[in-house]
Amino acid sequence: MKERTIRVTVNGRTHEKTVEARKTLADFLREDLELTGTHLGCEHGVCGACTIVVDGAAVRSCLLFAVQMHGREIQTVESLADGDTLNPLQEAFWEHHGLQCGFCTPGFLMTLTCFLRENPDPSDAEIREAIAGNLCRCTGYKNIVTAARAAADKLATASTTSPGSTR
Amino acid sequence: MKPPRFEYLAPTSLDEALAVLGEHGDGAKVLAGGQSLVPLLNFRLVRPTYLVDLNEIPGLAYIRQENGHVVIGALTRQRAVERSALVRERVPLLADAMPQIGHAQIRNRGTIGGSLAHADPAAELPAVVAALEGELVVRSARGARVLRAEEFFVAYLTTAIEPTELVVEVRLPVALPRTGTAFLEVSRRHGDFALVGVAATVTLADDGVCARCAIALTGVGPTPVVAREAARRLVGAAPTPEVLEDIGRRAASGLQPDGDLHASSQYRKHVASVLTRRALAQAIERAKGPGR
Repeated sequence: MKERTIRVTVNGRTHEKTVEARKTLADFLREDLELTGTHLGCEHGVCGACTIVVDGAAVRSCLLFAVQMHGREIQTVESLADGDTLNPLQEAFWEHHGLQCGFCTPGFLMTLTCFLRENPDPSDAEIREAIAGNLCRCTGYKNIVTAARAAADKLATASTTSPGSTR
Repeated sequence: MKPPRFEYLAPTSLDEALAVLGEHGDGAKVLAGGQSLVPLLNFRLVRPTYLVDLNEIPGLAYIRQENGHVVIGALTRQRAVERSALVRERVPLLADAMPQIGHAQIRNRGTIGGSLAHADPAAELPAVVAALEGELVVRSARGARVLRAEEFFVAYLTTAIEPTELVVEVRLPVALPRTGTAFLEVSRRHGDFALVGVAATVTLADDGVCARCAIALTGVGPTPVVAREAARRLVGAAPTPEVLEDIGRRAASGLQPDGDLHASSQYRKHVASVLTRRALAQAIERAKGPGR
């Protein structure tokens, strides 16, 4: 087949679309669903800018085809903020200057979203390893590590004071 | 950078996949995790007529013990292998290597069979299979055959699999008691392909002398290199620093690695020698440790 109809849930909304088989998931999100928060840097799995979450696991959306996503649940960077209210991880990036130009940021946020879920109290070394698959040309990574650490602390506090309020 | 047009086939059983490959093998590429193939497609370095996606076939992802082996289904995600308690317990060398394969995002999708079938000369898994004398189970519509690492890895990115065949399983022997292992590599950035990597496994006898030793290197030739003679030097010997130093030198002496932008041939040989020594020292320490 050259194309296939898929039903896929993205950020809680289910879409049914017919897509060309060779269309990458990243292009599908950006072009067919107009979710342009997912950025494309290298398009061959090196830079990490297109990282999204599929069925709970962080993956490179440039290395998947949309036709493979039938029945899957996807989370992109658009799912993080609630309107104009940033989530704790985004807020930590804002407060600690975890971004300058911001191009790589969606990939870092989605990588860290997954990582902090699995490892809520990481060491700096673990944070560095977790983001090793994401490239940033502006920050030198230092403030990204600081932001990730701060986000972990924020999430820990939030979950002890008001369970269920974090995303 | 967009993939070329292809006919997408998503078989839902192994038999169906093998039938498709039997018919279209020459013009087909097999898609497992896609972490190596999709970049090649995006660059249009490969232009298959058919893309055969294995991801909808149930029953190809598993990790279990069968007699003296841990057997792993080809479609098992690398992340699942990394997290497997059975692998950590029974095939510690594989557990040592897993976190060094790509990044978490790659391992979440990449498969064990896919990495082996891709046969990148700097990949970790081929060296692990070679060091452990593991086996690869390969199937076609006509039947199955079992290949050892030295039969399977033929040349740069080239294996003995026919276009009509699929890797379906990897079989790795369970480590003997008092075995220690280590997988060490040097790369430009954590998760990048290794400039040089060394897999080592050492089994100690009750008197503390080495009873078995195997060493395999990656990144130093077109296929994984098993340093048999160098490893034999440790058997029956007490592992003094001088002996390990000598084995490192021997393991590196016959190598002829290519030099490139990232490292000269001479540098790679030097790193191979140093990493061999360090990997053996670490493996021996672990073999002495509790629970081994």
